[in-house]
Amino acid sequence: MKIKNSQKISLFHIAWKNLARKKTRSLLTVVGIALATWVLISLFGFNSGYKNSLDRDIDNLGFQMLVVAKGCPYEAATLMLKGGTGLKYMNEAVVKLIVREPEVESVTPMLMQVVFDPNKGQSGGLTAFLGVDPATFPKLKPGLNFKQGGWFTDPAALEVVMGFEAAELEQREVGDLYLVPEKEIELKVVGVLERSGTQDDGTIFLPLKTLQKIFGQEGQLTSVGIKVNKEASLADFEEKMFKLPDVQVVSLTQVKTTIMTLVSTARILVFSIALIAILISIMGVINTVLMSVMERQKEIGILKAMGALAGDVFKLVWLETSLLCLLGGLLGAVLAVGTSRLTEYLIRKLLPFAPSGGLISIDAGLILTAIGAVVLVGLLSGVYPAFRAARMRPLEAIRSEEE
Amino acid sequence: MRANSVIIEAENIKKIYLRGTEKIAAINDLSVTVNRGDFIAFVGPSGSGKTTLLNLLGCLDNPSAGKLAVNGRTVHESGRGLSESQLTRIRREIFGYIFQKFYLIPTLTVLENVLVPFTFFKKEGAEKDVPRLLKKLGLENRMNHLPGELSGGEMQRVAIARALVNHPGVLLADEPTGNLDSERSLEIGQLLRQLNEEDGLTILLVTHNTELASMARVTIRLRDGRIAKQGTP
Ligand SMILES: Nc1ncnc2c1ncn2[C@@H]1O[C@H](COP(=O)(O)OP(=O)(O)OP(=O)(O)O)[C@@H](O)[C@H]1O
Ligand SMILES: [Mg+2]
Repeated sequence: MKIKNSQKISLFHIAWKNLARKKTRSLLTVVGIALATWVLISLFGFNSGYKNSLDRDIDNLGFQMLVVAKGCPYEAATLMLKGGTGLKYMNEAVVKLIVREPEVESVTPMLMQVVFDPNKGQSGGLTAFLGVDPATFPKLKPGLNFKQGGWFTDPAALEVVMGFEAAELEQREVGDLYLVPEKEIELKVVGVLERSGTQDDGTIFLPLKTLQKIFGQEGQLTSVGIKVNKEASLADFEEKMFKLPDVQVVSLTQVKTTIMTLVSTARILVFSIALIAILISIMGVINTVLMSVMERQKEIGILKAMGALAGDVFKLVWLETSLLCLLGGLLGAVLAVGTSRLTEYLIRKLLPFAPSGGLISIDAGLILTAIGAVVLVGLLSGVYPAFRAARMRPLEAIRSEEE
Repeated sequence: MRANSVIIEAENIKKIYLRGTEKIAAINDLSVTVNRGDFIAFVGPSGSGKTTLLNLLGCLDNPSAGKLAVNGRTVHESGRGLSESQLTRIRREIFGYIFQKFYLIPTLTVLENVLVPFTFFKKEGAEKDVPRLLKKLGLENRMNHLPGELSGGEMQRVAIARALVNHPGVLLADEPTGNLDSERSLEIGQLLRQLNEEDGLTILLVTHNTELASMARVTIRLRDGRIAKQGTP
């Protein structure tokens, strides 16, 4: 008879078998940890998924601010009412001043011109032109989609992009020519936009340089579109912009600020819930392990009588705790991934405002972090029971013989 | 291992317990010398101090006074003793313990239970000797059973195997047959006798069972924490 290697025994094996002694209790604890992990992963997955989708939606809104020359109307409608008069200009140099501010993510300079077109409709009408910078404008207006064609080929190209209604009115398609009224300059239509429901629909876009040249407004702008960092405070930034001479700041959307406040509130909520879930599972783990340590008091005494040092007992109990937590963490991760669709569906029903994209994003990094966190929590909560066990004296085993 | 050399020497040891404000001398100025190869049974009425004495001799507890030396090393002298971890090191070198209850881990097999001490401490050559030990204790066909599938006598034999797996010099047994019927008790008694005779194992036994006590070479009767009578059965 020989003892095979497979029959040798390790501390890990003993820990494992100890957990198997009270299967129901171990299982319940594992389920408790699994639920906490599930909540943790789902919440953080939701948090990052929600944030991503929201960011994307907000990005599609385009720039949130306009800087215009003082007294200059910025709504095309206002301009039209005033018959295209009253435009005020600023020098291009202002862009440099704006870009300096740390809150600014990107800017795009624009020039607006309004012309009376005698051929428009029955008795003529006003046409709005917007000169835009092909390098920056498309990025700040990702919500603009093309029905046909695309943006300009060159910053000074003799080309136009027509808003949906403008193209319909003029009956132009990509490849057609467009004649600027009263200027006798032929431009080529390179793109037609889809309907956006904004003033862009009636606008004819030209490269900024081209428009400046055609109307003799070299170096002049009517407005600068500004996109501010997601984290920046819009109010503070506006304050700063007011200090620039001869300009006026127009906030296009307060929506974003509102949503951002919402998101950060949600984040605090998410962290609190996660914290509570973790605290509850810590309590559960400590309770289970402490209970099993107390039940095995005599047995632990015997282990120590057999030569186990305090450290050995500590390791054993710690190992049991970590095993429970690892199992719970793994199960929780499986649960979270498996139910993410359902969770998303439920959240969508609950939320007053849900962005269009996926609400929950669970990736390997998140799963590993969550399991790591749960095991860490397990290690921490194992300390006290393990310490209690390690401190027991072997004599307790014999003393409690009578019970 | 030299026979008749001293392995445990206790001189005027005392163990005082406090019960409320009352002091109880569970062991009172007791001196005893244990030689290698001894097989001593401690008998006496309930409360006479048998368990207390065994715990003191086996370094599971510290005396309140007196001198105790194990294997030539002073473990305790006039109120000052070794630290818990130093005691653990002496315990795992010198002693094996069995008790009335067996304290086997129910989810481990017989063999695994016997091997548990190796996860903490392994004496040179101890592992090679396990098959012989299991055979000697009549457990070779039970190795892969769970404790729940064994009889009480078999469980106690597993506990003995576990106590002996690291080749202790001394086996301490406190009421090892307290949970067994008389037939099984006798079996354990014969086994202990055999271990003492064939392997020279030093055995200190505490029992109420006179038949079991008669297996020992020497019987020491305690009364009120002192030796009342010493003799060969
Ligand atoms: N931890 C303790 N605290 C207080 N008194 C104790 C303690 N342990 C034992 N005693 C007392 O010391 C005396 C000796 O007890 P001990 O357990 O050694 O007796 P025993 O001979 O083993 O008895 P039994 O045959 O019933 O097991 C008894 O009076 C007992 O009540
Ligand atoms: Mg006793």
